Amino acid sequence: MDYAAVVGLQVASGVATLVIVSLGLAVVFGMMRVINLAHGEFLMLGGYASVLAYGHGVNVWLSILVVPPLVVGLIGAVVERLLIRGLYGRMIDTMLATWGLSLALIGLVSMTLGNSVSGFSAPLGSFAVGRFHAAVYDLFLILAAAVLSGGIWAVLRLTTAGLVARGTMQNPSMASALGVAPERVYAATFTVGAALSGLAGGLIAPLSGVVPTMGTAYIAKAFITVITGGAAMLTGTLTASVMLGSVWTVGTFLTTPVFGEVALLVVAIVLLRLLPRGITGRFLRRSI
Amino acid sequence: MRATLLHIAAACALAATAAIVLPRALELFALINATVFVSLSVLALSLGLIWGFGGILCFGQTAFFGLGAYTYAVAALNFGDTTWAVPVAVGVPTLVAAALGYLMFYGRISDVYMGVITLTVTLILFAFANSTAGDQWTIGNAALGGFNGMPNTPPLNMPNQPDVPLDPAQVFVVSVACLAGCYAAAKLLLLTRFGRVAVAIRENELRAELLGYDVRLHKMALFAVGGAMAGLSGILFANCVFVSPQMFSLSYAGQVIIWVLVGGLGTLVGPVIGCMLVQALTTYAGTLSVVDPNLVLGVVLMLAVLGVPRGLLPTAGAMLRGLRRGRFVARRPLA
Repeated sequence: MDYAAVVGLQVASGVATLVIVSLGLAVVFGMMRVINLAHGEFLMLGGYASVLAYGHGVNVWLSILVVPPLVVGLIGAVVERLLIRGLYGRMIDTMLATWGLSLALIGLVSMTLGNSVSGFSAPLGSFAVGRFHAAVYDLFLILAAAVLSGGIWAVLRLTTAGLVARGTMQNPSMASALGVAPERVYAATFTVGAALSGLAGGLIAPLSGVVPTMGTAYIAKAFITVITGGAAMLTGTLTASVMLGSVWTVGTFLTTPVFGEVALLVVAIVLLRLLPRGITGRFLRRSI
Repeated sequence: MRATLLHIAAACALAATAAIVLPRALELFALINATVFVSLSVLALSLGLIWGFGGILCFGQTAFFGLGAYTYAVAALNFGDTTWAVPVAVGVPTLVAAALGYLMFYGRISDVYMGVITLTVTLILFAFANSTAGDQWTIGNAALGGFNGMPNTPPLNMPNQPDVPLDPAQVFVVSVACLAGCYAAAKLLLLTRFGRVAVAIRENELRAELLGYDVRLHKMALFAVGGAMAGLSGILFANCVFVSPQMFSLSYAGQVIIWVLVGGLGTLVGPVIGCMLVQALTTYAGTLSVVDPNLVLGVVLMLAVLGVPRGLLPTAGAMLRGLRRGRFVARRPLA
């Protein structure tokens, strides 16, 4: 019974991790149809921002929750201006350019901050489940995933900014005719996506530690989640995270972490064979 | 037809010259480096074929490259002879490419998703190969070795003579012959009906389909051919470096794309030239030890996408033609 509870908690936190690392990508891809291959490096930068802030004596919650999204959001704004803006509508070129950015960021961070793993331990300690112990931070991750998803839903559905953003994505020229500046909406969306990626990096930094190459560990999972999710970015990401996150965590429990990832990938590829347009390409099509 | 044969003859002549001159002219270290360049050129050629002529956006060509190398090492260690290890090591990546191609093309997954899925495959293989340290990960006599790879990969030997391994000069000659052979095979393949249909699919998939061609089958077959070439490249690479999980890594996967893009998408010589140039650049950057090679690669890729989207070879060709006509004609990028 206790064991089941612990496993259940692990599955839930696996799902939450997947949601958190995918959301930034889902926003940028789902809203702008821009595939940001430097997403993993945005996570990495967020992780470094939190580790460095914590190392300079910033409060642990500030360095996890506030510093990374600010720093990476700023970087995202600069990247959008210099690299992405010239390439809108050229999906493959955008992918390649952001891949170049990804390699360059890995190289730059290795050069300046070194190749070793740094990090800090997760706050909040642990609690007992019968004979077992579980980290409170896992519960916090689940909460964070829920709050983030709810927040994005609320912004898109309930605010004027969300309405303008959704309208611009659906029909940029119409939005522009109604007095909206599409470039500004794109820039803002990319910045928000980058900030979300940075926040995700901050949230996972205490768990995994940070290295310049940590992005590669997450980018594959994040992409496969977003793609499996399909067109509706929030519902898709959530349903795909639940499905793939469960496969991943259960696979990890039964075998090794690597086979958990292999299982995740295989399930995702077979799923895409059955539902080429993702889960929300078939079900729940009218959701966000 | 005649142009193709002329190109092949020129490539063979160039290869023969290189095979005769370079082993005499270069020091051993430089020769082994040259072999690495040539083996990677085969990889670049494989992506140049499937992406440039089939329109298949494969970001994980290194999956087949690494699989070829691993299969070769495992088979050669178990057989004690590389004669049959080579066909096995070309066969396995071909089959894997066909299987992956089946899932992707018969699922009718779009370009962009395909890029992501192939990238994911190579990254997962990277994680898997890294986790194979320890005694339980042995296949027959061959220990997979996890992060360290397989430093004891046997070199190629004379066919059916396991006691007579090839020396570095001979490995170089074999590599150059493979490169020229792959180039000729790709050129001839494009002349056949199959090759023409592949190009038609690249140009307009829907139209090709409406004309009655089986788009899925053609793409899958071309993808498998690319997988075979990448596997061959892995075998050659394993002969001059050694087999390690690094072959599946993101930085190699990225480099292949960069080579093709820098050299010129839609050509076969371009990727080879791009590979040689970029390799020379990163090797040079590596010796500086101030600049991280990844940084150089990343910047080159961004500049290539923003500045020369059609690649060096087509851009140079357009400029030459423009000069001849007295003006420079800018044309829309291919991709």
